[in-house]
Amino acid sequence: MNNRDYIAFAAFVAIVMGLPLFMTNEYYFGVLIFAALNCMACIGLSLLMGYAGQISIGHGAFVAVGAYAVGILTTRLAWSPWLGMGAGVIAAILIALVIGVPSLRLKGHYLAMATLGFASIIHIVAVAAVEITGGPAGILDIPGLKLFGMALDSDLRYYYFTWTVFCIGLFFAINLVKSRVGRGLMAIRGSEDGAMSAGINISRYKIQIFILSAVYAAVSGSLYACYVNYIDPGPFNIMYSVLLVTMVAVGGLHSLWGAVFGGILLSLLPELLSMASEIFSGIGFVYKPDYDMFVYGGILLFIMLFLPEGLAGGLSDIGSLGLKLLKGMSRRAGTHE
Amino acid sequence: MNVSDVLQFMFMGIERGAIYALIAIGFNMIYNATGIINFAQGEFVMLGGLMMVTLTMTANLSIPFAFLLSVAFVTVVGILMERLTINPVKEPTVLRLIIITIAVSILLKGAAMCFWGKGSHYMRQFTPGDPLEFFGATIMPQTLWVIGILAVVVIGYSLFFNFTLIGKCMRACAINRDSARLIGINDRMMVMLSFALSAGIGAVAGIIITPIIQMDYSRGALLGLKGFGAAVLGGLGNSGGAVVAGLMLGILEALSGGYISSHYMDAIALIVMLCVLFIRPGGIFGKSEEIRLKEF
Repeated sequence: MNNRDYIAFAAFVAIVMGLPLFMTNEYYFGVLIFAALNCMACIGLSLLMGYAGQISIGHGAFVAVGAYAVGILTTRLAWSPWLGMGAGVIAAILIALVIGVPSLRLKGHYLAMATLGFASIIHIVAVAAVEITGGPAGILDIPGLKLFGMALDSDLRYYYFTWTVFCIGLFFAINLVKSRVGRGLMAIRGSEDGAMSAGINISRYKIQIFILSAVYAAVSGSLYACYVNYIDPGPFNIMYSVLLVTMVAVGGLHSLWGAVFGGILLSLLPELLSMASEIFSGIGFVYKPDYDMFVYGGILLFIMLFLPEGLAGGLSDIGSLGLKLLKGMSRRAGTHE
Repeated sequence: MNVSDVLQFMFMGIERGAIYALIAIGFNMIYNATGIINFAQGEFVMLGGLMMVTLTMTANLSIPFAFLLSVAFVTVVGILMERLTINPVKEPTVLRLIIITIAVSILLKGAAMCFWGKGSHYMRQFTPGDPLEFFGATIMPQTLWVIGILAVVVIGYSLFFNFTLIGKCMRACAINRDSARLIGINDRMMVMLSFALSAGIGAVAGIIITPIIQMDYSRGALLGLKGFGAAVLGGLGNSGGAVVAGLMLGILEALSGGYISSHYMDAIALIVMLCVLFIRPGGIFGKSEEIRLKEF
């Protein structure tokens, strides 16, 4: 068994948990909380896209389901946010089942379009069903979470809470990938016919992983609603689903770490860009948030054209290339003696 | 339910449907040449519309001249897209190609937002004039332009593919690329041409609809998605089917907007699309034996 992932996981947990000790600016806690939420949805999507090879451009819809479940149930029916979150997960499972069973019979482009269409329908409903979702105005005053009687009301507390939830999710995903199920999924990605002849029930595997990825997305959405205490349809448009795909693809399609890396990187990107623009402001160039979309598109295109395995894949390529060079050099050095 | 209302919704539906039909033809062209569904198809529509707005409303060019310039501009964008992002990919996998076209669509949308801003843009109708009365329903002159231009495109399309050598070469590539290459057809060139034509037709759709719906940078995605709905409804790759399916989808959308709920109108075309994908992904016009041979 390969222990590298567990070592990496332990290191990751240590970094995430230790980071607040070095952070002075409150603002960055918020940024990192959003990063954790995006990563959460990315892991699910990575399992579906990177491991099972099934594309979904509709995962923003499941995030919306999780967020709206909490929003609607806590404000209209006065449920506790935890119950709302549970209801969100159940709703996501049911919707994933209904939409997934027929969708996953489709492949490639057809599947991509079907999931995109589904996400658009959810967005349209969120805008149009004013009595339930509040329409474009959204839902206000969503209560925050309480854990063991302690309100998670400061950014620091919520930071630790979301990243802990995320790490649990990541740990589960790492184990899943290493299990029989994970190998089965990768077999499906390689060849559906091959996987089937090896005795893998491919339609069941596909639907199960689709549901699991929807659950990740829904939990992310619920945590989002409890953090910002306000939701409207704006953040859950098609562009958000596309952004999630971008995060997974930029980090590296075929590894969970790639999804984590991509999720963190693209969540921080607007901050990094505005920092960079302060440096460059001397030469008269002012970066505006309006350019974000252009930059995202450019990055995604660049990665797909030149590093199809994503930044994680690219880095490991460079790493192994460096290792090879080193070995070659030492061998040459050996012959010289 | 009176006659003039139904007629009014029919006009509205045909006008929207014509746009979906044009977008669907664009999807089909690239699909036939490459097997790719171009997720940036909707952005061609948006770019065509916004370029037209700039050329007519800001630069004050005459409509026909601006029309040609806008189409040429988007055609160049289409060619660049193929040359820079599709052609260089040496080991194309479906997932990679899908994400590449998505990336191009984000890029184009982002560029449009930088250039034209977030607001929606108004454009005057092609010909000024009062709405015409027709059995109690009114029809805008622009609607007649939309229908007329759809007809011209469809006729031009079938003439091109049936009576010109290049058109026949493109059809040969669509049927079997290896065989086409064997008899000396430059298949790479045909792929580029399909992107050029597809972008051009998308631009035409955007230009003629802008006076009716106005245009903003984010409009492309939904228009593209509905156009794809028309393309699958008519059977992907079948452009005759796409025109009929586009008009059907437009009329269905307008009628349901009028009689069921205008809020959910946008969802209707998408629900139809999902139903077709789930139940009969080969479209409603294809023969079932033919469909069974295809992979979806």
